[in-house]
Amino acid sequence: MSDYQTIREAVRQWESNVDKVLQRFPERKPQFCTGSGIPLECVYLPTEQASEHYLDKLGFPGDYPYTRGVQPTMYRGRLWTMRQYAGFGTAEESNARYKYLLSQGQTGLSVAFDLPTQIGYDSDDPHSVGEVGKVGVAIDTLGDMEILFDGIPLDQVSTSMTINAPAAVLLAFYIAVAEKQGVSKDKLRGTIQNDILKEYIARGTYIFPPKPSIRLITDIFAFCSIEVPNWNTISISGYHIREAGSTAVQEVAFTLADGIEYVKAALAAGLDIDDFAGRLSFFFNSHNDLLEEVAKFRAARRVWARVMQEKFHARNPKSLMLRFHTQTAGSTLTAQQPDNNIVRVAIQTLAAVLGGTQSLHTNSRDEALSLPSEESVRIALRTQQIVAYESGVADTIDPLGGSYAIEALTDRIEEETWAYLDKIESVGGMVHAIEAGYPQKEIQDAAYAVQKQIEAGERVVVGVNKFTVKEDAPKGLLRVDPRLRQVQIEKLQQVRAGRSAAELEKSLHELQTAARDSSQNLLPVILQAVQNYATLGEICNVLRQEFGEYRESIVL
Amino acid sequence: MERKIRILIAKPGLDGHDRGAKYIARALKDAGYEVIYTGIRQSPESIVRTALQEDVDFVGLSLLSGAHNELFPAVVDELQRQGAQDVVVFGGGVIPDSDIAYLRDKGVEAVFTPGTSISAVIDFIEANRERVVSR
Amino acid sequence: MTLADGVRQGQQRAIARAISLVENDLPGREELIDRLYPSTGKAVVLGLTGPPGAGKSTLLDRLLSEERKAGRKAAVIAVDPSSPFTGGALLGDRLRMQSHALDPGVYIRSMASRGHLGGIAGATADAVKIFDAAGYDRVIVETLGVGQTEIEIAQLSDLVLLVLVPGLGDEIQALKAGIMEIGDIYVINKSDKDESARLRAEVDYVLSLANPTPERPVPPVVMVSALFDRGIDDLIDSIAGRLQRYAETGEIDRRRRLRLRRELRQQLQSKINDHIERKVEIDRQMDQWVERLISHQETPYALINRQIEWIFKEMDRS
Repeated sequence: MSDYQTIREAVRQWESNVDKVLQRFPERKPQFCTGSGIPLECVYLPTEQASEHYLDKLGFPGDYPYTRGVQPTMYRGRLWTMRQYAGFGTAEESNARYKYLLSQGQTGLSVAFDLPTQIGYDSDDPHSVGEVGKVGVAIDTLGDMEILFDGIPLDQVSTSMTINAPAAVLLAFYIAVAEKQGVSKDKLRGTIQNDILKEYIARGTYIFPPKPSIRLITDIFAFCSIEVPNWNTISISGYHIREAGSTAVQEVAFTLADGIEYVKAALAAGLDIDDFAGRLSFFFNSHNDLLEEVAKFRAARRVWARVMQEKFHARNPKSLMLRFHTQTAGSTLTAQQPDNNIVRVAIQTLAAVLGGTQSLHTNSRDEALSLPSEESVRIALRTQQIVAYESGVADTIDPLGGSYAIEALTDRIEEETWAYLDKIESVGGMVHAIEAGYPQKEIQDAAYAVQKQIEAGERVVVGVNKFTVKEDAPKGLLRVDPRLRQVQIEKLQQVRAGRSAAELEKSLHELQTAARDSSQNLLPVILQAVQNYATLGEICNVLRQEFGEYRESIVL
Repeated sequence: MERKIRILIAKPGLDGHDRGAKYIARALKDAGYEVIYTGIRQSPESIVRTALQEDVDFVGLSLLSGAHNELFPAVVDELQRQGAQDVVVFGGGVIPDSDIAYLRDKGVEAVFTPGTSISAVIDFIEANRERVVSR
Repeated sequence: MTLADGVRQGQQRAIARAISLVENDLPGREELIDRLYPSTGKAVVLGLTGPPGAGKSTLLDRLLSEERKAGRKAAVIAVDPSSPFTGGALLGDRLRMQSHALDPGVYIRSMASRGHLGGIAGATADAVKIFDAAGYDRVIVETLGVGQTEIEIAQLSDLVLLVLVPGLGDEIQALKAGIMEIGDIYVINKSDKDESARLRAEVDYVLSLANPTPERPVPPVVMVSALFDRGIDDLIDSIAGRLQRYAETGEIDRRRRLRLRRELRQQLQSKINDHIERKVEIDRQMDQWVERLISHQETPYALINRQIEWIFKEMDRS
């Protein structure tokens, strides 16, 4: 009898014993599932094929298909980048917060922009009323960007910018500030989110229709591959898809489907796969369901490696690696008993690290109430540091690899991801799927089902629908000064008054001409316009004129 | 036949987080109301015009970006300007307690914060049924 | 000022109230419509129908822009189904038309199909009259092309656009199942998709099986991409061409008469029905009749004929 048969025999014996126990002490629930509804067995056992398929399915850290991690030494070599997303109010206030975070041991910057900036409106635009400086910093001109990074040498930090529709403009601002600091483009390290498809699906800060939006993205790929070679040109994001209520599988599947669409677009624009694929990065969510999340990250790496090798025939190993940033799940944080959120974030941090993330943002406990206070931000950063330096989980690579449960869940998530990818391919790719409202509808249905379960008490949210207490209103919340818009408008007017009208006119005209000719790369003309102090809104308005505006496509 | 209650769920401002708005819209439909959803990025003026054309009894505003103190009252004021002060306005989102009194004072009749059960919203609507039906 | 005056002056809120009155079948409905009727008859009524996911609202959004460019005021009635279980409805069609929300020349109203006695068609027909009296040049009725209700609503129109889209798989079935008879123009949306040429060939084939008449020649098939703004001009030309032709051949006139006939018949029937129900309280007797049948004390037709005789006698007496 083989070892495996011996085990099977023993399992049968064990199961019959368990049956007897169950008759007297039934389980807590008729069916156990992961947070996303994947059914769980009572215990996972060795499978016959495990070692047979080891090299094919798991391999070694830093080796195809990268299930166990993208670097050979992972955190034994270098810990992940601790990168807290921050920004609010004016450039001055945000600059002070960045300096504080760097002084506390943070290793990279992550800029949050306000909504007018993300949608390409200046602070004095009527659309901006009420929104200036609210969810991030307000940036209208190169002048604001100079203040934002004042005293922060851009050759020594890596900066991530959550900017999508106008990503090209903000990248141009960044390059222009660096040049003023005497730092050349090739020294710059960082990431722009630049992922428009998930804006249509889940996040909503789109400006232009898909076609010109994707052109802007591929223009950035082409420009950076030569001029800013250490820049991550896109962060293909599942984070917001998950925040909108998707399951873990949908998060992976729709994100990778977006990635596939970008690769196709870049190839169609004439780029070589290995020239840009290594600069693609990803951004995922880390939820409370620890095991499912760890499996999710591992499955995502494996599927992407296969897609890149088998579908797109990439040869450079860097092109096959799914590198990703992670943020803990804002949607799991509760306004009730907000200190409990520290514990949730700790579990999510663990999931991200056990899943092999390259960088991490940990949310602050008070986010369901208002903008995070300085104290809350510090606790969030400390959470990462405790996991990094005290828990020991960073000291061996992929420590959960080989766990029967983790491997089974990884396989399951991979399988369901392929099913979604096939379905999306069959309707003509992700742009068509989005226009038909398909991923939006899938996410909506999943979100609705979960919310129903919470309302019915079938899904416990501690402090919300169980273990509740009577609470006083929280104190010490950070607020943005409502007069901020006025301050920002005055700064904007000063910039407008101090620039050369002729130079401005000329560069906006060149932008318009370039926009009409899709064979021309837009980055150099945008860079020139920002150097002539064209505002974000002025640049985006020229492009709105030429490209038109996208309108929401959802199916209720 | 019982007169149907019609509710507009609207998202003012630039905020694209529509998970809450869509959930409320769908849950109110399941509770038997006729719900109209505007989609994101609506100006106070377009929300009010939509409310008028659709002859709704309630307008529910959802906003997570923190611009509620500016935008919620703007909708109430515009309704008033159009002679539609009988339409009941309520709101939801990440709204600190300290703002709720201000918003109520400005004519936003109820404010629902994260974690509120849908039954609280339905109770609010039913408590106002007589008033809106007899208008 | 009466509600009817407000409607005739085109006041937004009066129109809204008038439609609610009709929709809820509240007292005053008949008087309102009778007051408005003399001011009706000028609007052209377009029907827009097609399966879910065909991109009807996006197309409608583009059509509205064209109507406005041509200087015409346009109203949309977007009909969506009510849930048969809760009676609730989620009306999201206007979502894709919100760019017109502030245009005083555009009016969009969402209607739930509800459990209307006499059908949603009755309420929609009255809503069309309200917009007509309020001075809208075009009234476009948008419905989900899936069943009898939608066909009824389409029959309210002077011209029906049937929107199809490649990749849904069931459109040709729907064509064969008889919906094809209601289309005056076939619009193949999402023409940017690869499969749209194949769909066009299939539609052409199905249409070639129909029997064209001089009044109603073979419907044109127009390829558009509402999303990429392609083919909209062709569609506008087709609509104008068809309307002109129908006006010349008297087809529009024929349809309007047919429509009135249908409306009259429906109203008459439902009124007679109401009257009988009220007079003889059929509901109250029904239990007893069912009892007699289930226990085999009587046979169905004998019972029905006996009861009809009785009903007429009751009516005569009062």
